[in-house]
Amino acid sequence: MNHILSNKKVILLYIAPALFLILALVYVPIVLTGYYGLMKWTGFGGMKFVGLENYSRLIQDSLFWQSAYHSFLLALFSVLSLIGYLLVSLILAGKIKGANLIRKIYLIPMLLASVIIAQLWMKIYHPSNGLLNHILIKLGIENPPSWLADPEWVLFAIIVPVIWQYAGFYILIYYAALKNIPQELEEVAKIDGATPFQIATRIKVPLIMNVIKVTIVLAVVGSLKYFDLIYVMTGGGPNGASEVMASYMYNKAFNEFDFGYGSTVGFFLLIICLIVTYLIRKLTVVRPNDNN
Amino acid sequence: MKRKGYSLLFAAVLVWTVVLSGCSGGSEAGNESGSEKMIQFMHLWPAGSSKHHNMIVKDIIEQFESKHPGVHVEVEVLENEQYKNKMKILSSSNQLPDVGFTWAAGYLNPFVEGKLFAPLDDVLDDGLKDEFVSGTTEAYEVDGQTYGLPLELNIAPIYYNKKIFKENNLEVPETYKEFKNVVKTLESEGVTPIALGNKDRWTGSLWYMYLADRLGGPKMLNKAIDRSGSFEDSAFVSAADEIQKLVKANAFNKGFNGLSNDEAKSQFLNEKAAMYLMGTWELPNFTTNEEIPQEFRDNVGYFKFPTVEGGKSDINSWVGGPGVGLFVAQNSKVKDESKEFAEFFVEKWGDQAVTKAGVIPATKVDTGEVELPQLYIDILDDLNQSSNLTLFADVQMSSSVAETHLNLIQSLFGNEVQPKDFAKRHEEALQKE
Repeated sequence: MNHILSNKKVILLYIAPALFLILALVYVPIVLTGYYGLMKWTGFGGMKFVGLENYSRLIQDSLFWQSAYHSFLLALFSVLSLIGYLLVSLILAGKIKGANLIRKIYLIPMLLASVIIAQLWMKIYHPSNGLLNHILIKLGIENPPSWLADPEWVLFAIIVPVIWQYAGFYILIYYAALKNIPQELEEVAKIDGATPFQIATRIKVPLIMNVIKVTIVLAVVGSLKYFDLIYVMTGGGPNGASEVMASYMYNKAFNEFDFGYGSTVGFFLLIICLIVTYLIRKLTVVRPNDNN
Repeated sequence: MKRKGYSLLFAAVLVWTVVLSGCSGGSEAGNESGSEKMIQFMHLWPAGSSKHHNMIVKDIIEQFESKHPGVHVEVEVLENEQYKNKMKILSSSNQLPDVGFTWAAGYLNPFVEGKLFAPLDDVLDDGLKDEFVSGTTEAYEVDGQTYGLPLELNIAPIYYNKKIFKENNLEVPETYKEFKNVVKTLESEGVTPIALGNKDRWTGSLWYMYLADRLGGPKMLNKAIDRSGSFEDSAFVSAADEIQKLVKANAFNKGFNGLSNDEAKSQFLNEKAAMYLMGTWELPNFTTNEEIPQEFRDNVGYFKFPTVEGGKSDINSWVGGPGVGLFVAQNSKVKDESKEFAEFFVEKWGDQAVTKAGVIPATKVDTGEVELPQLYIDILDDLNQSSNLTLFADVQMSSSVAETHLNLIQSLFGNEVQPKDFAKRHEEALQKE
């Protein structure tokens, strides 16, 4: 067994299918996107090489920076929401009754397809028949905003379901990490007279710091390239008020037939994600001494 | 130990087979099986949402196949927006179906420039051209060649709910002043005057186009787009101003900028709004569609967009245009058969479209000969009297200008742009072309 698995040819045989797929579907398209980004191209017909012209256009494109701002705002709120998820997981990982059931309830939104979540929240936000405005009117608010149609509210109206959608995922990760902490540590701390709050902040959180770091990267990068709910719920509107980088890229390439520029936006988005990931890793380095 | 190794090997082989068969699956579909020729045909009338259209298409294909033994038509059906998306994706990899649906003017241009559509003048010169209502095939012309055979002709009247009008003692308005009174009365009675789903944006564009037409005359918009005129004409600005006045008067349903056209339509169908400006493709819903209560259908009437005092256009000028048309792909392997199919389709469609699906075809209809609901007869007669037909603005414009236009329409209705800037930004976008 071990003999067969340590054979180089066998290793190659086993990793080849996945490697082939990931190369063909991820890495080759990335390289191609970078290439198309240097072209003036309508998606069909001839391409014209324009060098970095698309990038200089991108730098001056205020609509792009507006959508980038929205993306970063979404990332900020996603990261802030992680604190909430962590709190919930800390409580769930403690010995409370029904923790199992509650954990499953939190997980359910994860099982729904994005489009269904979008449809659900569109019904909630419906300006005259929606659940939310019904409640607001009952509470005596006379002129509630028409959420998805209101440029001042639309972004927040979308951030809420995005956070709701991923709650179960992060809670599950934190919960699993917390369950991995040896029981003895907590018992020892208790004997030493530590309060539950101290146990949480001094023992549990530092011990799962590595997991927290990963979730921060996941949340930030996931937010920066976020697309689905926004595409279904508003399409980036009204007039770009909920446009994010990915939907902007889509609109440029597929609605305006500007595949060259669309590719530039896509490639730039990739670069931003890489830089941000690198920065987060740098900023959250845990010095060896702190680790134990 | 050894046996386990074999079974692992076996598993690896299995994985590889799955991967490889997944890769080859796509290419087999395109082959012709034996002597049979296959025409790939893509349309946008699914049986669920466009039952009658779908049935006619099936019928036409059956007729065609029985007349042409050895030719098989393979159909793919997608819903409107998905259809448009798929067209974009297929065209970027140069794999368009042999025959499919396209829209006129601005939508068509990039496909023609990319040499993806075949010119169809040979088909038209075969005598087919005389069967079309004049002005319809022209919308599919690029540099003197026609690239689409139009199937539909649509104009946009304002539908209204007769019951609601009667309850509030309202008459059909003929001037814009009367129209504003209607809006005011309805609003004060707590009835939503107009249903509008402006998330789709072209819906708001219809309102703007009519006001621009009534104020500045029938050719103003065409001229601004083909650059023999300017979008900074004062009539464009005052039309934008009128839109914002309507919005301030609460003429439209609440939150229209976040609602899709379908959501707005359901408000009108549920008698929650009194008026609805939309293309004649909605006529079946107001006449023959059994799924909508008879009582409501009897209550729907329509009127022409009112004239504006001092405006330069008459009441018989319409916003509208040919809807979808058929294209034949340039690189089709069965081009002759495909052209024949497209021609056959247009002829048969004209015979059945209005009576069975309630679609006004781009080919001529003799109202004396067909049995139709009164609403249709009226519209067809009005169409015969029309003084002008302005093609939908977003169809006329190139796709990037259209995108600017549609976004500006949303901001205009949302009160985020001043009428002057609205016109100025259109002018800038058009100049950049």
